[in-house]
Amino acid sequence: MRAWIEKQRYLMDFTLSSLLRRKVKNLSLLLLYTLIVFILASAMFFTDSIKKEASLILHGSPEIIVQKVRAGRHELFPIRQIDRLKTIRGVASVEGRLWGYYFDPDVGANYTFLVPTAGSASVTPHNASTDVVGGEGDESAGAAVPSTEPLYRVNLDTLKSGTAVIGHGMARLRHAGTGDVMAFRAFDGTSMNFRIADTFSSKSELVSADLIVVTEVDFRRLFGIPVDVVTDVVLSVNNPREISTVATKVAKVLPDARPITRDEVLRTYDSIFNWRGGMMLVLLSAAVLAFVIFAWDKASGLSAGEKWEIGVLKAIGWETADIIQMKFWEGAVVSLTAFFTGAIVAYLHVFLLSSVVFEPALKGWSTLYPQFQLTPFVNAAELTTLFVLTVVPYTTATIVPIWRAATLDPDTAMRRVGE
Amino acid sequence: MILHPAVIANVVASLIVSGALVYAAVYGIQILRRWDLQSGDEYQLVLERRTYLISTILTFACGLELMSLFLYVFTANNLCPLFVGAMCAAGTLNVNPYGYPTLVLKIIGFILAGLWLILNHADNQAYDYPLIKKKYLLLALLVPFSVLETSLQGAFFLNLKANVITSCCGSLFSTEQVKGVGSELAALPIVPMMWTFYCGMGCLMASGIHFYRKGKGGYVYSTMTFVMFGVSIASIISFISIYIYELPTHHCPFCIVMEEYGYIGYALYIPLFGAVVTGMGIGVLMPFQDITSLRGVIPGLIRKLTLTSLTLYAAFMAIVLYKIATSTLVL
Amino acid sequence: MNVRKVFNSGKPSEFSALNGIDLRISANQVTVLVGPSGCGKTTLLTIIGCMARPSAGRVRLGDREITSLPERFLTEIRRSTFGFIFQQPNLIKGLSALENVMLPAYPLGGRRALLKDKAIRSLDALGLAEKALSKVEWLSGGEAQRVAIVRALINDPSVVIADEPTAHLDRTLSHRFLEIVERFKAEGKTVLITSHDPLVYESRVVDRVVKLRDGRLEAEA
Repeated sequence: MRAWIEKQRYLMDFTLSSLLRRKVKNLSLLLLYTLIVFILASAMFFTDSIKKEASLILHGSPEIIVQKVRAGRHELFPIRQIDRLKTIRGVASVEGRLWGYYFDPDVGANYTFLVPTAGSASVTPHNASTDVVGGEGDESAGAAVPSTEPLYRVNLDTLKSGTAVIGHGMARLRHAGTGDVMAFRAFDGTSMNFRIADTFSSKSELVSADLIVVTEVDFRRLFGIPVDVVTDVVLSVNNPREISTVATKVAKVLPDARPITRDEVLRTYDSIFNWRGGMMLVLLSAAVLAFVIFAWDKASGLSAGEKWEIGVLKAIGWETADIIQMKFWEGAVVSLTAFFTGAIVAYLHVFLLSSVVFEPALKGWSTLYPQFQLTPFVNAAELTTLFVLTVVPYTTATIVPIWRAATLDPDTAMRRVGE
Repeated sequence: MILHPAVIANVVASLIVSGALVYAAVYGIQILRRWDLQSGDEYQLVLERRTYLISTILTFACGLELMSLFLYVFTANNLCPLFVGAMCAAGTLNVNPYGYPTLVLKIIGFILAGLWLILNHADNQAYDYPLIKKKYLLLALLVPFSVLETSLQGAFFLNLKANVITSCCGSLFSTEQVKGVGSELAALPIVPMMWTFYCGMGCLMASGIHFYRKGKGGYVYSTMTFVMFGVSIASIISFISIYIYELPTHHCPFCIVMEEYGYIGYALYIPLFGAVVTGMGIGVLMPFQDITSLRGVIPGLIRKLTLTSLTLYAAFMAIVLYKIATSTLVL
Repeated sequence: MNVRKVFNSGKPSEFSALNGIDLRISANQVTVLVGPSGCGKTTLLTIIGCMARPSAGRVRLGDREITSLPERFLTEIRRSTFGFIFQQPNLIKGLSALENVMLPAYPLGGRRALLKDKAIRSLDALGLAEKALSKVEWLSGGEAQRVAIVRALINDPSVVIADEPTAHLDRTLSHRFLEIVERFKAEGKTVLITSHDPLVYESRVVDRVVKLRDGRLEAEA
């Protein structure tokens, strides 16, 4: 065992010095390798942590959302039906919500208007992730449901008729701050002014970037919504195991309503981000393939000098297996250096620089990007995946060339200059 | 098909493993047919050089298989939010009938590749390649398993369809949830299982130490390592896991490899897999003890394997006992 | 020590480098193979030195038949029995003289401190102590040759094989080389040299000269 370890140390020593002796050749490989790892890692870290973020936020959202559906389209929910939902066993509370989208032609962005629910002083933010999801079509926007988690609180006293609390994204876009007045066009074409009472903290930006919180009266006037309807209804259920039973009952009691459970929302989000990450990887696979071919080429295109060196080593008593092991260490040094450098740089890129390079591709299309810092989140599964997608193809590509090199005849060294 | 990076990684890993094995087997068959050690023929030299390539490939495939085993579980765990009723990897693997067979084949693949490496190691120590035919027969046996595993895994991922909200209806899946797939594996009764486990481990240690000291009962010990591998997995499901989760109802062999539990699963599974391969390796080598060129090699190798598998089982046992002792769960 | 070598036909692929050579090399002697270029001297050396296997025929080392041993065993025998000195010093550039000398011992995995100590002592014995840490490309031809000799000896071989060792050396250096060969002989090593340099095969250290032509033994001097 001792001898084995000692031998590996010798081989590593030799490998390192031989790598350093061929700096230029190895450097180009190393740079390309690192770049590939970096790109893949960035894409993966980004999608995974945004997924994590979304699921953390949604965790505090209501268990069930009930929407009214007519002819397959989302409709306003009549307030009088709320009482019928309250009679379902297992339902802890039922609340109507008012929220909607407003398109601002001046800046080409969509805002989300929201009325804080009467029950609590904490505000149920509408999810800015609608814009993150972007372009999924009108109906799946139903997935972007307001959540009740008090990510931030609005002092209801500051929110009076004619005032609004807005998200940071909007404030940035409109260059507006507390005290300024913003004008909106109501449903009937008249203009409505809101004084900005407050802005949301930038911490919650992922969910509040495009948010405007106004009073119920203002909301109904802006969109022309009658007093006897709400946008949708949220149900909270005490026992998490009963959520699906309650949802079934809701569908029975109100046949024209569709209940959406929190799990379904989570699933949909997950799918969308999985798909995006996967798509990105499929696109990048061409790059990985190109890299693999490059690695193959590098490994099989040994220079005369390298061949000679292997010949000498074999002539002075190294065995084929020793050469293979030496080459293995060489691969390990190159791969691990590239892997860790690439992964660390990608980590910094995603979590400190907010993935400047890939932002548009991964977040989706929107004028109003939330500017947010993702919570650093990397786990073993991600790193293993990354490893399998980068180091494993590289190693595979180099096995046969390495073996070819290692089985060179030992007498090459003697043959170099003829007899 | 769910286009998740980890799914792609799984598919890539399996394709590489079986591709490499098929490649190695093609040369292996050439070796089986044309091997003639006495000949100084060019072709024989080529074949001998190929043996280096094949053992390199097998080493790589064995390592990759182990990695892909864990990756597979990770992936299943990652995907579980997409399926109604799936709480962790156990549920995802149940989504269609290919999930568990793939897992089992991965374990078999890893063990066979490990045994091949042990056989190869013994063979390389002898001057006349005494095991060459057996070795390449085993390789030929390994290939169908690997190809089957890759196809089953492909079928598993292709048949995964996430239960997502569609435009017409949100709650259809939820109504099915009552009868949906369960996440929990059927667990064996705890108390008899504990007795089996502790007694089995006792016997294993005793027979291992006996074999190490006296050199008798090698087959018994080797069989024990295999049986106890199964018993240990069953015990993890039955009672070890609930001590780790500190939840009397959570019998899951997969969640323990996740970060929530400090990756303790690695500390359990890696010694266990190592122990079963080295332990079974003893049984594989025993029949060849009397071959002249191996006489000086195999006894030493068997002793090393015995010591390794004993140590690994002891490490496994120590971790189990430690987790049970420090658990807040009291049965 | 007794090296016996029977060799019946050469490599079939291109040409027969060697045709039916029956040769016995005695231990503890200096034997020189002479012959014109292309007569198969180097081929014979590689076969004797376990670098290549004969297409047919038998090679025996002492009383062990080594013809059909797998490569890894041939290598083992090679590194414990033979030390090679090539026409060129064949030192690996970029490494120091000391590292070059230690190279053949790497696969054995001995203790580093011991190995280093031994390498330094052997370098010292050939007057290279102060050059130990310099890179080999800074060494003069003679120094490089001596480093190569030290390297050949690091694993204590009982046979030293030298292929045209003086081809690139001037008279003085060639003489120094022969002095070293004499020292080997005194230490009880077997030495096998190929050369067409009269300086070598006419030297008094040489015990036996074997002549080769067209892959056959000619006559013995």
